Amino acid sequence: MKFQSQSVAMPYFIAAIGLFVGQILFGLIMGLQYVMGDFLFPEIPFNVARMVHTNLLIVWVLFGFMGASYYLIPEESQTELFSPKLAIAMFWIFLVAGALTIVGYLAVPYATLAELTGNKLLPTMGREFLEQPTITKIGIVIVALAFIFNVGMTVLKGRKTAISMVLMIGLVGLAVLFLFSFYNPHNIVLDKMFWWWVVHLWVEGVWELILGAILAFVLIKITGVDREVIEKWLYMIVAMALITGILGMGHHYFWIGTPEYWQLIGSVFSALEPIPFFMMTLFAFNMINQRRREHPNKAAALWAMGCGVMAFLGAGVWGFLHTLSPVNYYTHGSQVTAAHGHMAFYGAYAMVVMCMISYSMPLMRGRIANSRQAQVVEMWGFWLMTVSMVFITLFLTGAGILQVWLQRFSDAPQSFMAVQDQIAIFYWLRELAGVFFLIGLGVYIWSFFVEGEEVTVDNTAAPAAA
Amino acid sequence: MSETFTKTMARNIFFGGSLFFILVLLGLTFHTTKALPERDNRQNLTDQVAQGKLLWEENNCLGCHTLMGEGAYFAPELANVYDRFGKNTAAIKAFIKSRPANGIPGRRSMPQFNFSDEELDALAEFLKYVSEINDADWPPNIQG
Repeated sequence: MKFQSQSVAMPYFIAAIGLFVGQILFGLIMGLQYVMGDFLFPEIPFNVARMVHTNLLIVWVLFGFMGASYYLIPEESQTELFSPKLAIAMFWIFLVAGALTIVGYLAVPYATLAELTGNKLLPTMGREFLEQPTITKIGIVIVALAFIFNVGMTVLKGRKTAISMVLMIGLVGLAVLFLFSFYNPHNIVLDKMFWWWVVHLWVEGVWELILGAILAFVLIKITGVDREVIEKWLYMIVAMALITGILGMGHHYFWIGTPEYWQLIGSVFSALEPIPFFMMTLFAFNMINQRRREHPNKAAALWAMGCGVMAFLGAGVWGFLHTLSPVNYYTHGSQVTAAHGHMAFYGAYAMVVMCMISYSMPLMRGRIANSRQAQVVEMWGFWLMTVSMVFITLFLTGAGILQVWLQRFSDAPQSFMAVQDQIAIFYWLRELAGVFFLIGLGVYIWSFFVEGEEVTVDNTAAPAAA
Repeated sequence: MSETFTKTMARNIFFGGSLFFILVLLGLTFHTTKALPERDNRQNLTDQVAQGKLLWEENNCLGCHTLMGEGAYFAPELANVYDRFGKNTAAIKAFIKSRPANGIPGRRSMPQFNFSDEELDALAEFLKYVSEINDADWPPNIQG
């Protein structure tokens, strides 16, 4: 760690991992409710568990992005963070606001929460992923503004690199696009159309910039490859992300009342959306192959390669699987969508945050890398979680294909619940894979507490010939 | 990537390409909003429908259901529930009203929301209004 203020990232990462645990626990509750419909009913109905599951995901990934930025920006800018105190204050505000919101979901019926928080004054609640009370949304905006001000001032007073530029564009885009969550017209078509300006332009737009920047930063550090090469890759990746992803939003405009031409535009551009993810995979593997140093943090390199591969599979391949409009006509809003969502979010955003944590946490704890023993445990966590996620995705895909066939494609379409009963075996298997995922997460957390011989060797200068 | 392809060129593709497609998106968005009145059934968007939409949101209905395929995949699609229930709002209201407060043993069950008659009317009208939006013939059949 080169600058003292980088250590404000630590509480952000700890909170991220803590909330991640909560997310998985509620995922298991939901998974069980799929096959045991009365589980925890009416205390925690499915919609509440789902809201907690998805909102925790968003919040922990945002904690991860903020922690990553606080670590990365001072080092890239070669100067201390503008205000570490502001960063810590925002941490507590975000954590308390997030925790209160989750408690609100669980403690009272959602309609009561809406009433208590004055939703009628400015109704923004009750839309997928944007379920937070309006007051929480305002809090998110304040925290985001303070955060961007803090890292932005740091960039302005220091060195400006391509990595920090791309990251800043991603973060500003994240904050600006979130403002569409306050637009909620009575017209459901307009509502849905601009809801995607938050959701799609986040995860298939500006978040990819954040992902690319974090990955590029870690790769520079662990491979020692020339910055010029890495930043050229970064620009090409984010260029392809936005060139394909902006009009790729058309794949959400097939069946919500928007004109038919979106079927062509959305199919063509979203079919190209795997390209930036494939480039990320090539990027990570190439840079590590061409490494000019033997960084002792092998776990971080594994996360970087894993992130590229899993993002390509989850977001790229599983996205392409159902993105062409003639296919999507049958698969839209089925378990196929759920399969894609799980692997894409894990592969792209969960893994990039864990990649950054893996690289920076040892440094913040005063060592270049964790002990070999700790890294072995961390890699076990990596493989358990990643393989479990592959199986979760495969089982949901199986469920989805059968669901589409029985409910939508066959000559005698059956009702939703009749079909759900017939595909229950896939839900059981998914739940089992989910248990293994939780075990993997436990192993991952355990790795932070494994002692071992200290790693001191840093062969930075080793192969100078290349 | 070869030496003749420089970082500056890559950066220009990023900024130029992104800006171009942002402008295309804005243009298409403008056109779509102009085309929507023909499709989005706004002539039937009454105050009652707006109240129904607010109830839909404040009870987090799409935490279980999908509406035009968007939401959760735990419970049936509702954009065509009006058609599935034989274009009968009374049947929709009766269904919502009759959900057992403590669920159904071993089965998924919709919670009992204790809606007033006025609220039930608004919800049913909202679902009727959604069913009449031109959404390119989705879902493929009545089962949703």
